[in-house]
Amino acid sequence: MQACLFYLFAALTLLCGVLVIANPFTRNPVTSAMFLVLTIVSLAGLFVLLHAFFLAAVQILVYAGAVMVLFLFVIMLLDLKEEERRKIKAGAGVLGLAAAGGIALLMIAVIRQSNAGVGLKPASAEGSTLDLGKRLFTDYALPFELISLVLLVAMIGTVLLSKKDLK
Amino acid sequence: MNLGPYSFLALFAIAAVIFAITPLAIAWLWARTFSPRKSGPSKNANYECGLDSQATGWVQFQSEYYLYGIVFLIFDVETVFLLPFAAAFKGLSAGACAAMLIFILLLVEGLVWLCVKGVVARR
Repeated sequence: MQACLFYLFAALTLLCGVLVIANPFTRNPVTSAMFLVLTIVSLAGLFVLLHAFFLAAVQILVYAGAVMVLFLFVIMLLDLKEEERRKIKAGAGVLGLAAAGGIALLMIAVIRQSNAGVGLKPASAEGSTLDLGKRLFTDYALPFELISLVLLVAMIGTVLLSKKDLK
Repeated sequence: MNLGPYSFLALFAIAAVIFAITPLAIAWLWARTFSPRKSGPSKNANYECGLDSQATGWVQFQSEYYLYGIVFLIFDVETVFLLPFAAAFKGLSAGACAAMLIFILLLVEGLVWLCVKGVVARR
């Protein structure tokens, strides 16, 4: 069952990743962004299968939520029609494919040589969110409070820098 | 039948997909059976009735709105810290709850400041 789900999520991740950059049906950047959301969500599914529940939640919250909002903002600030009209040059496409294939081959070769993961025990990360919460509020209470200050400064700083005519 | 700890999750996922696809499929079958397929410029317009539309539905946003994006980003990051707090809530002391309250209050203070300055007000 878990192997089944792993292959399902891995295939979804790869398929949606390809559809982000090379969608045969539309050249609309918003569609690409939505497929990026699907890629991120299926990656979160892979994290859940690895028992990294907190990582999966953060993946969806921060990447599919916050970072995607910024992506969509940038996309909507641009002129979409110009992007859709742009032609893809055949030479650039072939070169890009060759470069990507070369890097993929190199990475596969390196991973196979390095024997990554051999002798590693499966991580016991079952209660990691709980442990993280306990550590965060006992040992790291001061840094935690400082984070809120950092966030506050970020919020106010953005507004002060971008709004010159603030009352 | 035991298929591992995720079998019920897979069941939920399948049910969710079926739940989403069934009405679409019924609507598609209904349209295929009963409605004539005649498309034209006026039928494909953004608003089928009323005045002719001037342009497509795609518009460029005012760049001012990115402030909303930034503020959302900051409160999204706050949620990341709320999650372990909620998970470990039962074993935490009163001091930890006070720390969380200070954390939230500091961020709400920022939101109140934005509201007072009229940054998130609609124009």
